[in-house]
Formats: sequence, structure tokens, C-alpha cells
Amino acid sequence: MSALATLNDPVFAGFLAASMRLAMPIMLAALGGIFNERSGVVNIGLEGMMLTGAFTGFVAANLSGHLGIGVVMAIAAGAAVGLLLGWYAITIAANQVVVGIAFNLLAVGVTSFFYRMIYGATTAQPRVTPFSPIDFGALADVPVVGPLLFRQDVLAYVGLALVVLTLFTMRMTRFGLNIRAAGEHPEAAETLGLNVVAIRYVCIGLSGAFAGLGGAVLSLSATGVYIDNMTAGRGYIALAILILGRRHAIGVALAALLFGAADALQLRAQLLHIALPLQFLLMLPYVMTVVVLAGFAGRQNAPAALGIPFRPSGARK
Amino acid sequence: MSDPAREILARLRPPKGFVGSLVAVLMAFLVGAVLIACVDVNPIDAYAALFDAALGSRDGLAETLVRTVPLALCGLGITMGFRAGAFNVGAEGQLYLGGVAAGATGVALAGAPAWLTLPAMGLAAMTAGGLWSALAGWLKLRFRADELITTIMLNYVAIDLVGYLLHGPLQDPNSPLAQTTRLDAAARLPVLLPGTRLHAGVLIVIVAALLCHVFLWKRVGGFHLRIVGLNPQAAKNAGISVGRYLMLGFIVGGVLAGLAGFAEVAGIQRRMIETLSPGFGYTAIIVALLGRTSPLGVLAAAFLFAALQIGATTMESAAGVPGTLTVVIQGLVVLFLIGAGAFAGWAANIVTHLRRLGR
Repeated sequence: MSALATLNDPVFAGFLAASMRLAMPIMLAALGGIFNERSGVVNIGLEGMMLTGAFTGFVAANLSGHLGIGVVMAIAAGAAVGLLLGWYAITIAANQVVVGIAFNLLAVGVTSFFYRMIYGATTAQPRVTPFSPIDFGALADVPVVGPLLFRQDVLAYVGLALVVLTLFTMRMTRFGLNIRAAGEHPEAAETLGLNVVAIRYVCIGLSGAFAGLGGAVLSLSATGVYIDNMTAGRGYIALAILILGRRHAIGVALAALLFGAADALQLRAQLLHIALPLQFLLMLPYVMTVVVLAGFAGRQNAPAALGIPFRPSGARK
Repeated sequence: MSDPAREILARLRPPKGFVGSLVAVLMAFLVGAVLIACVDVNPIDAYAALFDAALGSRDGLAETLVRTVPLALCGLGITMGFRAGAFNVGAEGQLYLGGVAAGATGVALAGAPAWLTLPAMGLAAMTAGGLWSALAGWLKLRFRADELITTIMLNYVAIDLVGYLLHGPLQDPNSPLAQTTRLDAAARLPVLLPGTRLHAGVLIVIVAALLCHVFLWKRVGGFHLRIVGLNPQAAKNAGISVGRYLMLGFIVGGVLAGLAGFAEVAGIQRRMIETLSPGFGYTAIIVALLGRTSPLGVLAAAFLFAALQIGATTMESAAGVPGTLTVVIQGLVVLFLIGAGAFAGWAANIVTHLRRLGR
């Protein structure tokens, strides 16, 4: 098969389209993570925020009959969780890792409790009709670029727009500069008249909003149903992607695509009946995360004040 | 007051943080009550059903104690990790690998006497759990890989690995289900209370808690481990090997979680099954925090959470409150625990304001 024929092969095209689709939830969560990490706050709670978004988005869409309302509510719910986590991490200066774990565990309980409360113990699973891909006509058949970019649904384009917006914000705007100042040297930033606490709150709220949208992708775009604990560790994978992508929008987007490709690969390998047992395929993204963490060790390029609570000097003792 | 009397009084006072834990639990129950009221059920009825089922009868109490075993063992392991400064959140996966190692050993030793089978199973479980945890420790020490994420990822990998083993090499040839062959009577932990499922795993828990307590507070090694957790730099300056104690924290965690897997397989399931744990390893994180990372506190917290879980099913069937409410309460306990200082400040402020108003 010639190179061009391979690129145009429907199986390969399907793989590319699926890679982008599967990358989107973790890409969004990790993009939001750029904000909170750059501002100096660790957000282990991404997993719980995604789950909250997936749940709220589904319920809102299901009850209202509008996917758009679901998306908006998912973003709002994620942001609300973000601000609550911010209260712990920023205002009362609790251990950010412990707080994050607590939020994740709470999210599992709250979502499954309310799911049962709203839908009861019905056997028929409630569904919504998920977003369908937008028709770009002939563009969808352009090799590689077509399946990657022109066979997606509206949330994927929102996600890609947010990549650009994040890049622009962090690099080109005063707000982005302030965020980085808060993360690198909060004391100096405060001396310059910046409100470090406010910056960090905005960033953790944004992070929650992004993660909530990422969760909504799972329930409103990928499946059309809500399943207990359906994020299945994607929020944690997003944390690894942040490190692999060096907390940079483009890096994060590419790293997320890599994970989406791994996910798509294991799904396709299942269909092709490759000799490898199913479970080894299923663990592929998780193993990759561990390898990434080991290979791109931790925190060399992390903001200097990451994870360290900040006490504004003007505040009462 | 004479000095001895003062000392005795100091000992009688509740251990540091105990009151905070109690308040956090009460506040979580209070919020839980509001949620119960939201589903049009009387909270008192629901909680009464919950605790009556868990503690009100011999059978219920036995079930609660049985449930305490995995929560306490995993919680103790997590505690030792926390004390050494390691956020080992991998108890779930370590428990699964311990369970599958115990199950495989039990099947392989079919026909052997109990004095050989049971210790071999326990040892296999501890080794499997310990090695899996050591892997995360090694990744942290060698590559500075964040153990929080690696241990969680290794949970998923472990559960998939166990799934493969139970669907493949270890599957009972006579069963369509993903489980091992049923274990011999010799491969089962003895029942302590006839007619119930209360098994000897409870004794393992008590021994483990006492060993952890003595090590942490009465041995130089435990002192070093705590220093490493509190301030690695200071420990290093004092000539304490930070890496060694961090690794110890990881390995003890894995060994105890593996032991929990062994206890579930040999005491309850009598075979390794694919759904061995409904998240014991994750709940145990809260147990460790609520127990203020003190071994005896962990025992108490594990018992409370075991009671919650055992009562949850009854609450659901008798009062119509979704049993997952207990998961909400568990999560809220931590948030109230961490926020305790701030909440106490608020309470003090409110009291001050009320006093001013009263004047």
C-alpha cells in the first residue's frame, strides 16, 4: 500500500478521528489545569470536577431536553466545585493534595446519590441524544487533517478554540503574566500590587469550568448516558498530561492527543481480535501515564510556588 | 495540683484531634440528615435503621466487624505511608493483587494442611501487595514521579491485571464467571463466632494496629519515619536515610493492603473474585485521615465507616434512602475535618456576635 493510500485508508482515518474525540475530555481538564498550576495551586480535584461536570451536564440536558443547557450547567458546576476547592486551598491554606483527594471521593458519592434520587432505581437507563459530528463535506476527506479536525462535534471545536485562547491568555495578556507571577513569586507579585488571592481564585474557578466541560464531553458527546464514576481516572491522567505538556497549551493538546491515540488504539485492537488479552489493552493509557511521570520527572519546570499556600501580608494573622 | 495528678489528667483528656474528628463526623451526619429530608424521609428513622442494622444485633455487629477488617488494614497501611510523607493512594490495587496472590496460592496448595496453606497464602498476599507498592516507591525515589498519580494509575493496572488472570490462567474451569476455584476448608480463616462470618482476620487487624502503634511511638525506627514525614530535609541533616524510610512507608502500606486482600479471600469470599473490593482502598484514605493517622484512631474510624457501609443497605431497603448517601457522608467527613480550624473560627465569631447582641 502506498503512503497516500494508507493515509486515506478508512480504518486509519477512523483511528485519527477517534483519537481526537477521546483526547478531548482529558485535553480540556488539563488545559484548565494550566491555569491553576501556573498560578501556584495544585488541583488534584480535576477528577471530581470532571465527574461533577459529566453528571450535571447529563442531568441538565436530560431534564431540559437541550444539550446546550447541559453544557452550560456542566461548566457552572465545575466552576462552583473549583471555587469551593479554592476556599480550602487558598483561603484556609489546607494541604492541597488532601483537599483534592477529598473532593474526588465526595464527587463519587454525591453524583451517584443524586443520580439515584433523580432517576430512582429504574432499569431503563435514561439517555440523551449526544452531539453529532458537524458536516464539513469534502473537507472531512482531506488526508489526516480531515478526520482529525473535520469529523468532530461542536464540543471538540470549543475545546480546540480553548487551546488557542489559553495559549493567547498565558502568553499575550496581562492576566496571563499576573497568573505566572502569582505562581512563581507570590510575595513579589503582591508587592507589585497584584491580588494573588483573587488571581488564584479565578484560576481554580476556570480550571473547574474547563474540567466540567471535559466531563460533559464524556456524557453529552461520547456516550449520551451517565454511568457511575464514568471519568475512570481521566482527571488524574490529565495531571500527568500537564507535566508531559509542560503546562503549555500546545504541549498539553499534543500530549492529550497522544493519550487519545493510545485509547483509540486499544479500542481498535479490541475489534481486530489481536492476540493480546483485552485487559492488557485496557491498561494501556494508565501504564502510559506512569511511564510519562517516570520519564518526564515531575516538577523541574513547575512554577516555584506550586502547592505552597500563600498568606497575604495585609491579612489578619 | 501535684505533678502526678496533672499527668494523669493529661492522659485522661481526649487525644489531640479527637474532638475535631468527632465534630467533623457529627457535621457530616447533619448534612446527611438534610439530604435524607430532601427525599422525604425522617432522618432519625433512616439513621436509626442504619445503626440498628450495623450495631443492634449480634449478626449486624459481626458483619460490621468483618467489614472493619479490610478498611482498618488498608487504613493502617496508608497511615504508615502518610507518616513517612508518602501519599500512597494505591491500597485498592495492592488489595486486589494480595487477593489474587492469596487465591492462587490457596488453589495451588489444595489438599495441604491448614498450618501450611493459610500462612503461605498470607505471605503471598503480603509479598504481592508490598512489591506493587514498592514499585510506586521506586518510581518516586528514582524518577521523582508523583506517587499520588502513579499509585492511582497502578490501581487501574492492578485491577486489569487481576481481571486478566481471573478470565485466563486462574479461572475456575467449571465456572463461566471470572473467579478462581473454591478454596478448601484448610484455606479458610477460622470463624470466631459460630453462625456469623466473623473470622480471624479481626485478630490480624488488632495485632497489626498494635505493631504499628508500638513501632511509631515506642521505637527509634518509627521516630525516624515520622521525622522523615514531617521534615525530610531535617531528617537528612540528622543523618536519617530519607529514601529508606519513605520506601518502608510504601512497603508497609502494600503489605497491609495485601493482607486485607488475603483476609477477604480467605475469610469471606473463599475464592478470588473479580469484584473483591467495593473501593475499600479509597475509603481507607478517609479512614486514615479521620483516625488522624494514628493506628488506634484508624481502628475506631474503620469501625465507624464499616458500620455506615453495613447499615447502608438496610437504610436503602427499609427507609428508601439511596445507600450511596454513606459515601457522601464519608466524603463530607474529610472536608469538615480539614476545614475544622476555619469552622471553629466561624463558630467563635458567631458566639462573640451573639454575646454582643445580648448585651
